[in-house]
Amino acid sequence: MTAAYTSDEMMTVAAARQLHNGTVCFVGIGLPSAAANLARMTSAPDVVLIYESGTLGAKPDRLPLSIGDGILAETADAVVSVPEVFNYWLQPGRIDVGFLSAAQIDRYANINTTVIGTDYRHPKVRLPGAGGAPEIAASCREVVVVLRQTRRTFVDRVDFVTSVGFGRGPGDRQRLGLSGSGPRVVITDFGILSPDPETCELTLVGVHHGCTADDARAATGWPLAVAPDLATIDPPNQEELIVLRRLEATKGA
Amino acid sequence: MAEIVSLSEGIAAVVRDGDTLAMEGFTHLIPFAAGHEIIRQHRRDLTLVRMTPDLIYDQLIGMGCASKLIFSWGGNPGVGSLHRFRDAVENSWPLPLELEEHSHAGMANRYLAGASGIPFAVLRGYVGTDLPAQTDTIRPITCPFTGEVLTAVPALSPDVTIIHAQRADRKGNVQMWGILGVQKEAVLAAKRSLITVEEIVDSLDPKPQEVVLPSFATTYVAVAPGGSHPSYAQGYSLRDNAFYTEWDAISKDRGTFLRWMEENVVRRAPAA
Repeated sequence: MTAAYTSDEMMTVAAARQLHNGTVCFVGIGLPSAAANLARMTSAPDVVLIYESGTLGAKPDRLPLSIGDGILAETADAVVSVPEVFNYWLQPGRIDVGFLSAAQIDRYANINTTVIGTDYRHPKVRLPGAGGAPEIAASCREVVVVLRQTRRTFVDRVDFVTSVGFGRGPGDRQRLGLSGSGPRVVITDFGILSPDPETCELTLVGVHHGCTADDARAATGWPLAVAPDLATIDPPNQEELIVLRRLEATKGA
Repeated sequence: MAEIVSLSEGIAAVVRDGDTLAMEGFTHLIPFAAGHEIIRQHRRDLTLVRMTPDLIYDQLIGMGCASKLIFSWGGNPGVGSLHRFRDAVENSWPLPLELEEHSHAGMANRYLAGASGIPFAVLRGYVGTDLPAQTDTIRPITCPFTGEVLTAVPALSPDVTIIHAQRADRKGNVQMWGILGVQKEAVLAAKRSLITVEEIVDSLDPKPQEVVLPSFATTYVAVAPGGSHPSYAQGYSLRDNAFYTEWDAISKDRGTFLRWMEENVVRRAPAA
């Protein structure tokens, strides 16, 4: 049987559904950018997209390849410098939702995008690094993380904390003085995880159509908690798929 | 006042072996032509500074020009890894590369402090991450007014900053518009500067959201049409997204990379 949509499409649609009219969203490149623009073209026409290149309120009609493609500046309400993006817009808490991806995430939603391997000076894999992520994770009102779920990406402890989720558990964000509330949802190819309100531990709260809690458990490097009222997530509808495919066809054009 | 020179004269005058060199341009207006001229002039032992090393530093690192990198995000945007950067860090090829690693917010504030002539900048950042343990230039600081503990990062004051801009007038005043990243701060933070431009014009008619760098604030201006390719200059060119994708295969293998650089950079004459 051939699925009518791919797991990337399911993840993108699930991410787009996290955004609402008026939400001010800090957008990273790749899947988050596709999701944010999908939301803008379907359910949330007044979502505000901020790219770290300094384009505030960008309304691209095609998907950019980088966070600084010309189409972003040409369609933005304002174009500001990079120091201004971080100091005036992100740091004081003016942004509602920050999208992040990760090479590794742990049970407390801490994120690694720096190195694979525990020796920073001699890494097994050198990843791109922090970019805007540490301060996005600290200062956006909430964070949405999107990544594929495998035993390599969902690990008990990340090799390097690039961006803080819930640290080592309850109360850590407050102790560290992080103003945002941290990762609210983690979207994977199996479903959606959210931090448990008591323990802050990532808990499976929903599965995509055709996926089970056991599938997600098998792809997780710690004993994964599953919500008692586990939801099944609606598959992409026709409109979401048509708009998303039209957008993807324009990427980098 | 900025002196208008050729690109090769400009690079020879501002970049010396062992310098701390910043080449900025956030996706837009990346000074590739200048980077290629540095490679042709065989500069060595550079400390390269740039928020997003991008293809330009992948090339300089792979060609052995750098001994240290100060940065915040080292990937090929929307494509994947910077293979020359990774090979240097993971395998010390062609040379070991020392890293001084920050976040974007930290780098931007370091340039701001440099441009402002103060020794450090303060931000809310890095707290709870593993970066301060690896990077000596991230330290806690207590606010003297509230007692709150924040993060301090030292000013960046490069020996030289190089950027690309749309145009300059005959006196060397430089005008740029579109996504301008941290270029103004990087130029004002530096001891010397070189700005390559698409063209020199008689007068700079206003553009939306422009930044003008007055001639007295810069050292050299050189004409380098198309000098930001494969990035772009708004109003002059489009980002060559296909090349960014092709770079993945060109740069993956050391031999393919060296052949490509030899044919397309080393043996190419600089723009007039």
